[in-house]
Formats: sequence, C-alpha cells, structure tokens
Amino acid sequence: MVLDHEILIVGAGLAGLRAAVEASETADVAVVSKVLPTRSHSGAAQGGITAALGNEEEDQWEWHFFDTVKGGDYLGDQDVIEIMVKDAPRAIYELEHMGVPFSRTRDGRIAQRNFGGHTKGYGREPVKRACYVADHTGRVVLDTLYDQAIGRHVRFYGECYVLSLVFDDGRCCGVVTYDLATGGLHFLRAKVVLLATGGCGKIYRTTSNGFSTTGEILNLTFKEGIPLQDMEFIQFHPTGLFPLGILVSEAARGEGGILRNDAGEPFMERYAPSIKDLAARDVVSRAILTEVRAGRGIGGKGYVHLDLTHLGERKITEKLWEITSFARIYLGLDAVSQPIPVAPTCHYLMGGIPTDGDGRVRADQTARTVPGLYAAGECACVSIHGANRLGCNSLLDLLVFGRRSGKAMKDEVAGVKTLLTGRDPTKPVRERLAALTDREGPEKAHAIRLEMQIVMTDYGSVFRTEGALRQGIDAILALKERFSRVMVTNRGTSFNYDLMETVELGHQLDLCEVILVSALNRRESRGAHFREDLPQRDDQNYLRHTLAFCATGGPRIAYKPVVLGRFQPAVRAY
Amino acid sequence: MLVRLKVFRFDPEKDGDPYYQDYEVQAEPTDRLLDCLNRIRWEQDPTLAFRMSCGHGVCGSDGMRINGVCGLACQKLVESFGLEVRVEPLPVFPVIKDLVVDLEPFFQRYHSIKPYLIALSSPPGHERRQSPEDIRPLEDAIRCILCACCTSSCPVSQDPQTADYVGPAALVRAFRYLFDSRDESTSERIAMLDRQDRVWGCRTLWKCTEVCPKEIPVTKLIGHIKRRIYETKRESNEGEIRHAPKDEAGNGSWGEDSEG
Ligand SMILES: Cc1cc2nc3c(=O)[nH]c(=O)nc-3n(C[C@H](O)[C@H](O)[C@H](O)COP(=O)(O)OP(=O)(O)OC[C@H]3O[C@@H](n4cnc5c(N)ncnc54)[C@H](O)[C@@H]3O)c2cc1C
Ligand code: SF4
Ligand code: SF4
Ligand code: FES
Repeated sequence: MVLDHEILIVGAGLAGLRAAVEASETADVAVVSKVLPTRSHSGAAQGGITAALGNEEEDQWEWHFFDTVKGGDYLGDQDVIEIMVKDAPRAIYELEHMGVPFSRTRDGRIAQRNFGGHTKGYGREPVKRACYVADHTGRVVLDTLYDQAIGRHVRFYGECYVLSLVFDDGRCCGVVTYDLATGGLHFLRAKVVLLATGGCGKIYRTTSNGFSTTGEILNLTFKEGIPLQDMEFIQFHPTGLFPLGILVSEAARGEGGILRNDAGEPFMERYAPSIKDLAARDVVSRAILTEVRAGRGIGGKGYVHLDLTHLGERKITEKLWEITSFARIYLGLDAVSQPIPVAPTCHYLMGGIPTDGDGRVRADQTARTVPGLYAAGECACVSIHGANRLGCNSLLDLLVFGRRSGKAMKDEVAGVKTLLTGRDPTKPVRERLAALTDREGPEKAHAIRLEMQIVMTDYGSVFRTEGALRQGIDAILALKERFSRVMVTNRGTSFNYDLMETVELGHQLDLCEVILVSALNRRESRGAHFREDLPQRDDQNYLRHTLAFCATGGPRIAYKPVVLGRFQPAVRAY
Repeated sequence: MLVRLKVFRFDPEKDGDPYYQDYEVQAEPTDRLLDCLNRIRWEQDPTLAFRMSCGHGVCGSDGMRINGVCGLACQKLVESFGLEVRVEPLPVFPVIKDLVVDLEPFFQRYHSIKPYLIALSSPPGHERRQSPEDIRPLEDAIRCILCACCTSSCPVSQDPQTADYVGPAALVRAFRYLFDSRDESTSERIAMLDRQDRVWGCRTLWKCTEVCPKEIPVTKLIGHIKRRIYETKRESNEGEIRHAPKDEAGNGSWGEDSEG
C-alpha cells in the first residue's frame, strides 16, 4: 500500500511531536512510531528542561551558553548553542501556554532547580536553571504535546517500524514501514522526512534507556552513505539504580542529595571542589568508578550511595516522588531514611546524524545537505552537546530544534512537487525479511545481543584503552559473523517481536563497530570519551568532530572543524 | 528459583479459542514479571506477544492481568507473587494477540474529553502565574501514564450494558484540566462531563483506585468532579439536579474522602 503525506515524521518523542505541532499549522503531517506514541522514551525524562529564566535567582543566557560549551569539553558548535540558549525562555513559555503544569515558585512563576554543570558567573557557583514538573517532566510534556498534535489532526501510525528510507534521485521521498499488527509492508510517501528516533542505549548491558531505544535508524542513514558524527561520545549517567540501571535523576542531587563511599565520605569534594556533586556527568561517573576501583564502593562492591536522608520527607515526596517509588518498588528501600545504591548507567548519545541548525541532514564535511531529509532530537548531532551533555539540555534541544525543523519543513514543502513513481520500494525490504525468516541456522538473536551488550560494557564504556577498543572491535566483528547465521523461529505475521528484534540487532551490531572505531581513532580524552592510555585533551589534533562513513572493510573516519566563537578552549575543571 | 507462569494465549491466525500455556523460568526474587516474560520469549517461545517499552513503570505499555489483578509487568517482582502466576491480557479491550489488546477504544474515549488546555485569552509574553496551591490539586492526576489498568478493572466498563462509559482514565485527565486554574472552559467541561456515560457512570466502586500503578486516588478525583458539577448547578439554581450523590450502597458518598 502507498500512503501519501506532505511531511512524514519518524518518532513520537518530544522532538518528533514538537516538529509535528509546528508543521501541522499549514501542512499535512503524519507521525510514525514503532511503539504507541505515548510510550516513547521521552516520557521517561525526569529532571527538567533548562532555560535562563532567572525565576529563582539571577541568571543569564550567556552563562547557560558558557556552561553548555564547557560541559561539552569545547566540542559543541557555538553558533547553534547560542541559538538554543537564547531561544530557551521562549520554548519554556510556549510549553506553559500549551498547558504543561510546571512546578511553581511562591509568587506563581515557573520553579527552577539546580542541575549538574549549570552555574552562574561562568562557573562560579551552581544556579537554579532547570524548569520541572516534580520528577516526571518528560511524561507530562509528552502528554501535552501529543494532545496538541491530536487537536491539530496530525495522523499517527503507531506500532509501525521504519525499515528503510526511500530515495529518488538523491532526494528522500518516504519510508517503508512494517506494521506490527499485520506484518504488512507499506510505502509512506512524503515530500520531506524528519528522523526523530532517539538514542541507542540498549547496545549496553546497563542502561537507563527503554527496550525500544535500539538506534536502527542511525544505521539506515549510515548505510545510505550519510555520515555519523561523534559516535564515540556516549554518556554514562552517574546515578543508575544499582543493579538495574534505572535512572535516578540528577534532580536528586539538584535538590541536595550527596554521593557517599563506603566510609560515608562525600567524595565528590575531592574530585570537583567548587561544585562537588553538581559537576558534569562524565566527571561524576569517573569519580564513582575510581572510588569503586580503589575498593571504596559500598562493601567493596561496584556501587556507591546516593544519600537523600537529610532532605526531609516533605521535600522528597513532593519533588522526588517517582525516584523514591523506583527505590521502593525495585529495591524495597525507603529513600527518606535509607541511602540509594547507585552506579553509572548508559544514558545518552551525544553523537548522531549531523544536521544544520534547521534540522537539514548534512551529507559530508561541507555545507552540502541531503535533499528532503531532516533529523532532530537525540538521533541528531547539531552539535549542541559536544563531548558531554549537561543535564536538562536534551529536552531543550528537542524542543528548540524540533520546532525549527518543523518550521523549515513546512516552508520547504510548499515548493516541492516531485514524488517517486514507478518503482516499488517495499520489494527489497520484503526480500531482506524473507532472508531472515526462511533461513535455517544455529544462532539465536538473544544470545548474540547479550554478548554484544557485554562486549560494549567491557570495552567501550567509561574508561577506554587502545587495547580494549581493539579487542572490542574484534569481538563485535565475530558477533556480526555469527549474526549472518541467525535464525528467526517465529514466522507469524502478527506482533512478531522476534523478527523485529532480530532486525534491530543487525543494525545495533553495525553501530557498535562505528562507536568503537570512532573511539579508537580519537587519540585523546575529552568529555565522556576517556582514554586511560591518553588521559589529556589534545586540542592541537582533536578539536574536531569525527565523521564515520560507511565503507567496505569497516567505517572510514574523517574529521571536520568545530565551530568556535565567544569561548576559546580552556582547562575544564569543576 | 523456578517460577511457573500460566499464560493466556490467542493467535487469531490459527487459534479458534484462547487457551493457557504453562512455562517455567529460572528467576531471582527481585526479577520483574517482565523479565520472566522476556526470558520466555527470548529463550523458549519467540511467538509470545506482549508490549513493553520503558521497563520501569513510566510508559504504560505492559498493563496486564496478573493473578486476576490488573497491573504493570515491569512493576511486579517475582517475590510478590511466589512460585506460580497467571498472566492474562487486560479485560474490557479486544485481544489482538496473546497479551496484546486493542487500545484504540481506550484512546478514543480519552480524546473525547478534550484532553488539552483551553485558554481563550491570548497568553502573556512570559508564563501565566499559578501558585503552588493552584498546582497542588493536580499533582496526583498528572502522574497518569495511560496504562488502562483502571479502566480495565472498572466494573462499569466491564459490564456490556454500560460499555459506553468513558472510564476512569479519561476522567482523571478530565479532572486535570477542569481543575487547572489556567483553563477557561469550565462551563463547557462541566456540561461535557455531566452525563450518564461520563462522570455519573462511576458508581464509586474503588476498583480503579486499588489497581492504579501510579497510586493515583482515581475514585477521589472523580468524586471531586461530581461535587464540582453538583455545586455549580446548585449555585446557578439551574432547575433539577439529575443525579443525586449516591454510591452503590446508596449512602450518599462522593468518593472523595475515604480511601475505600
Ligand atoms: C530515564 C531518562 C531520563 C531523562 N531525563 C532527562 C531530563 O530530565 N532532562 C533532559 O533534558 N533530558 C533527559 N533525558 C534525555 C532525553 O529524555 C532524551 O534524550 C530524549 O527524550 C530523546 O527524545 P527524542 O524525541 O529524540 O526520542 P525518543 O523520545 O526516544 O523517541 C523516539 C521515537 O522514535 C521512534 N522510533 C525509533 N526507531 C524507530 C523506527 N525504526 N521506526 C519507527 N519509529 C521509531 C520511537 O517509537 C519513539 O517514538 C533522559 C533520558 C532518560 C533515558
Ligand atoms: S470508582 Fe468509578 S471508575 Fe472507579 S472502578 Fe468504581 S465505578 Fe469504575
Ligand atoms: S489513572 Fe492510573 S491506572 Fe488509570 S491509566 Fe492512569 S496510571 Fe493507569
Ligand atoms: S514497560 Fe513501561 S510501564 Fe512497564
């Protein structure tokens, strides 16, 4: 079946929904999502959204600008960061006008809280910059934007997996979807396509990301010859609930929570004397694992304590309800009176599909873009977050660049006519799926996935070395070889998750290789990419973005310059 | 430990009738039911269908009937149900396959109560003011994740005679907008809710409140809507009040005050 829309958005998280709300003002918009729209992972965001509103204390967009640049270890592009931080207050007021029930100050303004790396006076002391709805901000914003989109007659295709991007003479003109309920393949044709498909955290063993966060769209663009940028920068959030990895938001530390080691010592004082527990995430994650390596984890084990017990019951139940419910449900402990066991958990992808400030996908190192194709949100790399994202800057990125993409697309479609005719783009996809289901083979996707997650965790997470990365690449190549003999035993047509998870796994393995090869080639330490064998930042050689291109024999690595501006690279200490 | 799961199975492609299938999986007491289901699907039977996304009770995907009570598979630990557990799809909604139900009717009803802020005056250049006291009444309602556990458990929704009842989940969202100090369509909302298939369909049976995985006092919130309608009509002296505030037992409770 062929279905036509002017604008097609893949992904119903905040980036996709914000774009849909914008674009549907004048255009016919459809949103495709592999889960039901309100199940998108943006709903898991807890802590908040940053904007220098200055509602609680003095704040300035210039400080937000500086913090974001420094937080990203000077790898973020300063032209687009400036766009984002200046637009932030408007983006927040707009959400308020749409109905988001933000938590409030005594005088009725939007309340704000501290978050890691956000400071006043260019790093002097923490500032309250994150706007929030208790500790379920993402959920409430997702519901609000979804309801707005419904009100604007946006068409939703839920539980439809995009398995292929369709190009006609170099221009993206739609996608092929697999309908989970029926197993049918459809060609969704459009004048422009926006990819807003989120991150890829599920390639690691312990992650705060949900089951659908597999990242296959990143590999689809890669295979089309579009580069992937800065993929070595994977954020590990310091406080995952141990051992599950479920996120305990930085809001817990923003509200005054303290990390302690086995001796009860508030150890962040040693690693970040000025802002302590509110240092950037890469710094805190390394500090926790350094404590653990030195035998100062709780009982000598692989975790430390997050202590909220001094905050008082009222503050905890009012502002941190979700977090305390996770501790209660999964560990049976009461965070009001007991410390929470935490360890780093894979959380966020700084890299992704390179775009310009209006979401247009960049084809290479030059200013050339891919006609008809846009990307926004976690799957995109604008690049705002550089080598390490600051807390609450992601939701802001989704809202600002989601909206800008929506605007650019609706302007563009007015002048676009040509649509692909003739060829049936579902055919190659049908053949690829048939190859998986018709094959008899000894390998099971589940076993390979588990090994992939262990390999990535062992060789490609917080601490990296050349030797480990090389071992990791070899191990992933071996898994790819095994994957070629994988067999899908479920051959049904309705809700065949077995088939879809196998497709996802194939893409995940390719992404692992891109991440590890990008990391191997970056011979320095910067932000979330920490090389124990090369612990210094090397601006001379690596103040550059990595671009990985698909090539025979493995990813080909190239570089492009960082857009500097107001802030020149300086020593990064907290 | 070895856990036995009795799982509801139905594949419209080949089964005339649904049946139950037994599985055994190794699990830790602190594993989630969702972990057990995944182990079945990954290691034993790849045809088993159920939804999931976040894995920690925030997306609302994996509502199902667990030992007869609706809840989220990702929130139920093995230790809470012991060595044997029966797993079935949510009632009320048509089964598509195994534990997957068609939620289209659920979302349609949800959309029917206008789940968005209606503010006619043009907004200021900054935020509208709202005090912490204005926000407090909404705090419970905005935790809703649209998992449909409440609506599936509601005896009124389950009864085919009253199947057009909008259901508690939609009413929780209706509450959230009716009591939002920024909303400017109170009288329209009241007129919209003041119907037998909307708020007066609720017979204060508390089942919704018992199952809500986000601990939302659902019945109480519905009670607040009822009282608001009742008081608005009394003030305006708008003729006869159609619906007396009575619950099943006829004891005049709004469901607001006790916890049932
Ligand atoms: C637990 C947690 C808490 C967080 N808290 C915060 C916070 O407080 N503040 C902050 O700023 N950031 C936070 N983040 C980060 C932020 O939430 C995410 O980066 C962001 O939500 C990503 O949104 P997105 O719109 O890019 O994609 P997502 O919300 O992940 O949505 C992806 C969408 O793409 C669809 N999709 C994916 N692949 C396909 C496919 N092949 N076919 C069809 N559809 C597809 C999915 O169905 C989904 O609809 C948090 C992240 C996590 C995991
Ligand atoms: S209280 Fe009302 S909505 Fe809740 S279960 Fe009872 S009748 Fe249904
Ligand atoms: S009110 Fe509770 S049970 Fe009902 S849909 Fe919302 S979260 Fe689920
Ligand atoms: S999987 Fe999201 S609520 Fe259970």
